[in-house]
Amino acid sequence: MKKISTLDDLKKAGDKGLKSLFPGSVKIVVGMATSGIASGAREVYEALSAEIKKRKLPYILTGTGSMGMDFIEPLVDVIEKDKPRLSYGKMTIDKVPQLIDQIVKGTIDKIKPIYRVDEEDIIAKKEKKQYLKGALPEYLREIPAMYDIPFYKKQVKIATRNCGIIDPENIEEYIARGGYLAAQKALTSLSPESIVEDVIKSGLRGRGGGGFLTGVKWQSCVAAKGDIKYVICNGDEGDPGAYMDRSVMEGDPHSVLEGMIIGAYAIGAQEGYIYVRNEYPLAVANLTKAISDARSRGLLGKNIFGSNFNFDLKIGKGAGAFVCGESTALMASLEGKAGEPRAKYVHTVEHGLWDRPTNLNNVETWANVPVIVARSGKWFSEIGVPHSTGTKVFSLVGKINNIGLVEVPMGIPLKDIIYDIGGGIPGGKKFKAVQTGGPSGGCIPAKMMDLSVDFDALWEAGSMMGSGGMIVMDEKTCMVDLARYFIEFLASESCGKCTPCREGVRRMNDILHDICAGHGQEGDVEMLESMAQGIVDGSLCALGGSAPNPVLSTIKYFREEYDAHIKQKHCPAGVCRALIRYEIAAKKCTGCGVCAKKCPSECISGEKKKAHKIDQKKCIKCGICMESCKFDAITVK
Amino acid sequence: MVNFIIDGKKISAEKGTMVLEAARANGIDIPTLCAHEAVSRSGACRLCVVEMKKGKRAKIVTSCLYPVEEGIIIETKNERVMNVRRLVLQLLMARCPESDVIRDLASQLGVDAQPRFAADEDKSKCILCRSCVRVCEEVVGVSAIGFSCRGADKAVSTPFNEDSAVCIGCGACAFICPTGHIEMETTEETRKIWGRTFKMKTCDVCGRYFAPEDQLKYISKKTGVPLKELAVCTNCR
Repeated sequence: MKKISTLDDLKKAGDKGLKSLFPGSVKIVVGMATSGIASGAREVYEALSAEIKKRKLPYILTGTGSMGMDFIEPLVDVIEKDKPRLSYGKMTIDKVPQLIDQIVKGTIDKIKPIYRVDEEDIIAKKEKKQYLKGALPEYLREIPAMYDIPFYKKQVKIATRNCGIIDPENIEEYIARGGYLAAQKALTSLSPESIVEDVIKSGLRGRGGGGFLTGVKWQSCVAAKGDIKYVICNGDEGDPGAYMDRSVMEGDPHSVLEGMIIGAYAIGAQEGYIYVRNEYPLAVANLTKAISDARSRGLLGKNIFGSNFNFDLKIGKGAGAFVCGESTALMASLEGKAGEPRAKYVHTVEHGLWDRPTNLNNVETWANVPVIVARSGKWFSEIGVPHSTGTKVFSLVGKINNIGLVEVPMGIPLKDIIYDIGGGIPGGKKFKAVQTGGPSGGCIPAKMMDLSVDFDALWEAGSMMGSGGMIVMDEKTCMVDLARYFIEFLASESCGKCTPCREGVRRMNDILHDICAGHGQEGDVEMLESMAQGIVDGSLCALGGSAPNPVLSTIKYFREEYDAHIKQKHCPAGVCRALIRYEIAAKKCTGCGVCAKKCPSECISGEKKKAHKIDQKKCIKCGICMESCKFDAITVK
Repeated sequence: MVNFIIDGKKISAEKGTMVLEAARANGIDIPTLCAHEAVSRSGACRLCVVEMKKGKRAKIVTSCLYPVEEGIIIETKNERVMNVRRLVLQLLMARCPESDVIRDLASQLGVDAQPRFAADEDKSKCILCRSCVRVCEEVVGVSAIGFSCRGADKAVSTPFNEDSAVCIGCGACAFICPTGHIEMETTEETRKIWGRTFKMKTCDVCGRYFAPEDQLKYISKKTGVPLKELAVCTNCR
């Protein structure tokens, strides 16, 4: 591989990448992030490959990361010379021959694209690059432009700028979109101090949960005494339902590398680690390839860009402990010790990995850095709101139509994410609440829909930004059961080092289980609140310190549900099995017998064409009967 | 010297002194279960928490790990602090219902058991203070024991719960254990600990059994003192 050591080298590599991104012939790109693979992208890719081969077509076929539209995966993009890039959703093997037919014929027939992209906004270079040359062909007029469809309209992509566009295994495509330009600029023409200053000016706050000012953290690490310093990327994303960092590592690994090269140069670190959970095999593979490619191109190693700056990266694989997302536990794990946190009265920027000054940021934070350096801190600070600048990536999951990965400017109203981007709640149900910040975050009720999504507003509402998980709940979600779920998760993920977290969270879990099972006692809510205070105050690290949040926020906003469980032994949402019963309304039942056939415990009986009955003693409350009834004759109370 | 206030009392201490030591040196008692002078600090038990005010901010800190700072105001017994201590003791009482040490400490601090917490039956008297693990690693230097599992299942054990090949039977872990959880049985000729039976050595002078042979071999290897010179008990030296 040819080394890249000058701006000219970088431009040459970028030109190659541009040819591959904007090819002269037909190019088909399959979304091959984990979200795509899970929906069958690999099969679609193979079918496309076979079809192209069969017809002896000169088409190029590659993979890319996630564009974010997980609800219509697998996504396939088609790029033809001088025409807009077209995105097709919900691709299946069966549709492959038809799609190829359409490309060959140059029409749109049965398979319609979701959207078209006329030009790419290359944010790191402040450039636009056209797919479409000349007028939009007649047959594409009815296809909406990407940023006109509601899912994308309010999104601004900085951290995920390349995800779903470039081939993550192709360093030249990354370079073509402005990649490594910021590193080149930083290493050859900027002083470390000026970079730190600019990152401070950008207002960038840590995207991993703490929300600490990134530039200020860097500054403390610069000031720390020591010849050897480290930078670390925290890719141990462990919140249930969260996959923002995974998407960046899978879809655009070089953005993380470049951010770390710039950070290391600014701080004076010679070595860095990317700590990524081993449950993310594709992220591990793509990062490994990216590091190897960057090294063979001279972008890692000695004398990068002829600047005398040396820096190299290693990957540390996490073994599946949620607590290892906590910085001191992560560093212990990297050192080969058990992942347990320590008190942070001595900061890791002074005494971190192997007791050396260490600067740790998460994946999304690092991915933002190259764009800040390329476009300036001032530019970044003008996006978002004053104390929460830039954008934030969220994984929008749960009871929402458009499940996916979204990147929005900070300060966007919550309702815009739920209704405009998320497309509202499926099945005509009512929106109830959204859990932000993962298991240690909190629930924000529907009545606070106008809340500005930024660090401070979320904190004041009793939740937190966290790393960006956003789990949507509808009216059929029991908030006590939800709190129980998160507390159970945290009890099993507590490292067990300190008493309040190890013992306290599991006792809260016991009480919540009791409440859900109909054994709640008067005073349990007050007891939970008092324990929560003790656990928040008394725990050694942030896992215990924030563990009671799901309980506290659900008590704060949904106290009546706790009371119903405890006093009336009733679960208003119809979820907690011990407190509900399924009944067949005789008037509505047609006696079709479908429910009786589907019931796994054979507890439904009745004569044909006459109202059926449920034997409550045998009923296991699985709800299959209610789902299978076409006449809405079965209710849960 | 650093000047600060603990429970309304003006105190000065050398830089680097922990709040716990500064308080104790001035007759202010802070309860602890995991801070032992022989080993490094871990901050695991959380009994020694105090409230620290710096400017407008008041937060709970671990006194055994928090170095004194100029101008800070510490309160060791206010309601917020006691809420943590009460919870910790109630949790430990439920975990180790047989432990007299925990029960006595709770009663000294006026803390009653919490009936809402069902008593554990499988944890015996171990409060996971980590003193045994630390003494074995830091003082003895063999690391025969460590932790297995996490959360509520966390336990002190030898690797894979098998008989430890590196344990020297010194008994430092049993000695340092604040609750008497670690069982060590010493008869004249043998000592049983961590599933292994160690042969005891007799003193070359008085003939009394005084230490496990493995321990003496380990000390000899570590210090370079010939094994023969170690074969005399402390009384006869």
